Amino acid sequence: MSNLSVDHLLGIKGLSREDIELIFTTADNFKDVINRPIKKVPSLRDITIANLFFENSTRTKLSFELAEKRLSADVVNFSASGSSLKKGETLIDTVNNILAMKVDMVVMRHPNPGAAVFLSRNVNSRIVNAGDGAHEHPTQALLDTYSIREKYGDVEGKKVVIVGDIVHSRVALSNIFALQKLGATVKVCGPQTLIPKYIEDLGVEVELDLRKALEWCDIANMLRIQLERQDIKYFPSIREYTMTYGVDAELLNSLSKEVTIMHPGPINRGVEITSDVADSDHAIILNQVENGVAIRMAVLYLLAEKIAR
Amino acid sequence: MIGTYSYICQRMQPRILLNSKVLDITIKRLARQLIENHGDFENTVLIGLQPRGIQLADRLHAELKRVLSGAKIDLGYLDVSFYRDDFRRRDEPITVSETTIDFEIENKKVIMIDDVLYTGRTIRSGMDALMDFGRPKKVEFLVLIDRRFSRQLPIQADYVGRTVDSVVSERVDVNLDNEGHVVLKTIDDE
Repeated sequence: MSNLSVDHLLGIKGLSREDIELIFTTADNFKDVINRPIKKVPSLRDITIANLFFENSTRTKLSFELAEKRLSADVVNFSASGSSLKKGETLIDTVNNILAMKVDMVVMRHPNPGAAVFLSRNVNSRIVNAGDGAHEHPTQALLDTYSIREKYGDVEGKKVVIVGDIVHSRVALSNIFALQKLGATVKVCGPQTLIPKYIEDLGVEVELDLRKALEWCDIANMLRIQLERQDIKYFPSIREYTMTYGVDAELLNSLSKEVTIMHPGPINRGVEITSDVADSDHAIILNQVENGVAIRMAVLYLLAEKIAR
Repeated sequence: MIGTYSYICQRMQPRILLNSKVLDITIKRLARQLIENHGDFENTVLIGLQPRGIQLADRLHAELKRVLSGAKIDLGYLDVSFYRDDFRRRDEPITVSETTIDFEIENKKVIMIDDVLYTGRTIRSGMDALMDFGRPKKVEFLVLIDRRFSRQLPIQADYVGRTVDSVVSERVDVNLDNEGHVVLKTIDDE
């Protein structure tokens, strides 16, 4: 099998294990490409991709744009600020207007959960979800699991704890799906107020004690505290959060085993992890960023293959 | 010359182009031709095209090392999937293979190796892919079977194992496992 089972990348939930593995093997080849003197291949030279970012993003937008350009696609960018959205245009109208200019694929980030699914049902284009509210962020989960596979050779049987703001995190949800599909065991850790109520139904365990969680796991994925989504107070203060759920070098060194630290970025240094942890050999944060371009190239390449001429 | 009648009869069943003995002689002869032009391979590298050219490249590499008594000859594999001109235009998805070129090709003479030269499109993408690794001094092309008169691009090989006349409904099967052989089949033989 060398074809994806889906026509859009809307979330990890809709992917099969074979799909994920196909994306990984394709990404291996693209990782090779981006480490060459000429970091570019001509595969998508007749494809135009629109990046629609209705919500702020630096890393993901840059990563997608690089991936697209390294596949030789034509790229148009759109961000919500300064657009006609402010004038009251609907999402479908905005996207259809862009598609009328002959765009083959849409990469979209949107603050509303389900925006990508909605779009895939209503417009005629391939959709890649680059994050929809607190729902899913599939390419992030793919690059996270890909980085684990790169470091350990396999994801199967690994123990991963996701620490922090689970309730607002699309990264957490996508990671849980991806890790479980690849055979890893997942726990979540954080203040009770930031753990969704029925999360056990996904087959993950809740651990409120950070030290116990770290002693258990092989890999800790530290999420950012999403200050912009804290419409009510979930914990007394940042300082208290850091004292209870922040990882510093002292804590890591006091563990009986090596734990790999991951972070989807952007890091709040000194909140969820300290600088010495972020810059240490335990962290594979920059590998994640590098792998992000390769993974996104693989996703775009494999979806483009399914566009009929 | 084969008469038209016997020619048609032969088409009825798979035709052996090279049996294992002739295949072996052909590979040895190709190696000698390479040595004539490239001496001790100090400034020359071999690149096998994925997926089917690499076995031939391995065989040639081993033969060259045998003749040149263990000289160091660089051998790499090149995958051309991302450079193909039929992406999204074919029924079957392209299967991507690994590229391993862990040496510089800048200013080197490169011999690209594939099993069959047919339309010429694979080697065209191969040349594009190769240039992304640097600027070789010279590129040559070695092929085991040249299906002449079927080119879609102005391309020819520098070293040819055997030239055959074939039609579109036929396929050349190169098998280099163990002793190996090369067969010309009609596609619905399978």
